[in-house]
Amino acid sequence: MKRIIDAGQLREIARQVRLDIVEMLYRAGSGHTGGSLSAADILVTLFFGKMRLKFGEPKAAQRDYFVLSKGHAAPALYAVLARLGYFSREELFTLRRFGSSLQGHPDATLTPGVEVPTGSLGQGLSIANGLALALRLNGTGQRVYTLLGDGEVQEGQVWEAAMTASHYGLDNLTAVLDRNRLQIDGRTKEVMSIEPLARKWEAFGWHTVEIDGHNHQEILDSLNACEQVQGRPSMIIARTIKGKGVSIFEDQVKYHGVAPSKDEYEQALKELAA
Amino acid sequence: MQAVAKESTRVEYGKVLALMGAENPDIVVLDADLSGSTQTHLFAKAFKDRFFNVGIAEQDMMGTAAGLAVGGKIPFASTFAVFAAGRAWEQIRQTIAYGNLNVKIVASHGGITVGEDGGSHQAVEDLALMRVLPNMVVLVPADGPETRAMVRWAAEYRGPVYIRTGRLPFPVIFDESYRFELGRGHILREGEDVTLAGLGLMTHHCLEAAELLAAAGVSARVLNLSCLKPLDWELVVDSARRTGAMVSAEEHQATGGLGSAVAEVLSEFYPVPLKRIGLRDIFGLSGKPEDLLAHFGLTPGDIKNAALDVIARKQK
Ligand SMILES: Cc1ncc(C[n+]2csc(CCOP(=O)(O)OP(=O)(O)O)c2C)c(N)n1
Repeated sequence: MKRIIDAGQLREIARQVRLDIVEMLYRAGSGHTGGSLSAADILVTLFFGKMRLKFGEPKAAQRDYFVLSKGHAAPALYAVLARLGYFSREELFTLRRFGSSLQGHPDATLTPGVEVPTGSLGQGLSIANGLALALRLNGTGQRVYTLLGDGEVQEGQVWEAAMTASHYGLDNLTAVLDRNRLQIDGRTKEVMSIEPLARKWEAFGWHTVEIDGHNHQEILDSLNACEQVQGRPSMIIARTIKGKGVSIFEDQVKYHGVAPSKDEYEQALKELAA
Repeated sequence: MQAVAKESTRVEYGKVLALMGAENPDIVVLDADLSGSTQTHLFAKAFKDRFFNVGIAEQDMMGTAAGLAVGGKIPFASTFAVFAAGRAWEQIRQTIAYGNLNVKIVASHGGITVGEDGGSHQAVEDLALMRVLPNMVVLVPADGPETRAMVRWAAEYRGPVYIRTGRLPFPVIFDESYRFELGRGHILREGEDVTLAGLGLMTHHCLEAAELLAAAGVSARVLNLSCLKPLDWELVVDSARRTGAMVSAEEHQATGGLGSAVAEVLSEFYPVPLKRIGLRDIFGLSGKPEDLLAHFGLTPGDIKNAALDVIARKQK
């Protein structure tokens, strides 16, 4: 697939993906609004601007892999996968319904393009490590990407995996951390502080950078730069705003796991209109 | 008396795995700082690039194994059963079982015959924890040939498998022609009055109990139900129909493992008097394996008494 490296074009795709996310969640009547919107620019840039993928071929040989460690952002991932031609856009609006191939959290056995099931936080980095080890053994130059939440790094397994990636020098792995500063029960710094975050990853042996997670050019540049790093894994800490793109959802704890009401939905459509 | 050949299921796993490493380049092995005990060190020595020690991090090990499977490898992940099934249960549940991934968990030191390390290290609930997971196959080999066959089978089968090995050597009962078949139990001895069903070490105790019963004029059918899941329920029902009474025996809690599996089948399809030999809602202890087996009522004599008990119940 031809990569899209124009920031303006990526921004436009992200706008459409946000519209899809809002539509999906509104129709489903439940789901994770804030964390899906905060990750939209990262996922769009990664999938359309960076990863080696084939349109309409979720199982293409030699593809790059992605693990959505913060599995509750499934709507954002699904919206991207539909645009990759893995399934129809119409299917997006069956999200969370009985019989749908789009489960509340990613299910690799049902959804084309979902590589592994996630949803229980703290586990995706280990899986990404295993994939990176397998791909390195194969020697095909394929890469692995994963997206973590900032609350998620409170899970101990994340740091087990951080050690493993560094110990095995997994330079074919790039992790992105959606640093939106919120989790379910409040602000990360109030629930369980995770700072100094960048220094933690550095101390674990990771190449670590901090960027604006809504700036498509910065996201793309950092993904490209991380690909050049040798002998160690890379961590991109992406500063984001939870609920980004719809003013009423932005930086609001309460929109973590609530779908938009009718009024909120209409307002969101207005704000996201071209 | 002629000395019986003995083999440890744990050691035989390590040996066959190292052989398979040469035959199949897709096999990779993970351990969590117990490779000497689980015997994966043999593979590690021969295939350095395909062995991954993740340190003392069992949860990370299961996730890493899952990723290796998604990447097309055939990972064997090993640690003590108590940590594999216990510490990493949710990782196994959420990724390996839920995703139906091709990960083989071979967990050593199952049961109380771990001995001196005590209750913290004796897995007596791992079979229950694994058996309840959809997609998971649960196996407990009874000797060396069965271990080798199961491990070889697991590498060919696509999907998650849990194999429990033991610390102690057991007598060899199968010969080298043994081939493992999923969902098949084995009749090791024919009998009419009662069925004794075991797995792992307890299969041997069932055989010894059958000898004791024979001396008392009672004839016992003995089953090796080493394939705990999927269970050979037809063999269980057939045995119940034929002998009218049953004893299950396992180095595990009497709930959740083989005893429960047999009870589930019997109560649904062919109820007969049943006694479950296993730990009765209690943790293990430090001590010599033989002292512990006696303490927890897992000896051939205990199985014999249970058999007499269920036989008496059926005659009422
Ligand atoms: C192991 C586990 N514990 C709890 C939850 C429930 N949960 C879902 S999302 C969430 C908060 C996640 O916060 P963060 O990682 O910061 O994600 P974001 O704010 O980007 O949505 C929690 C606790 C879970 N999914 N998994």
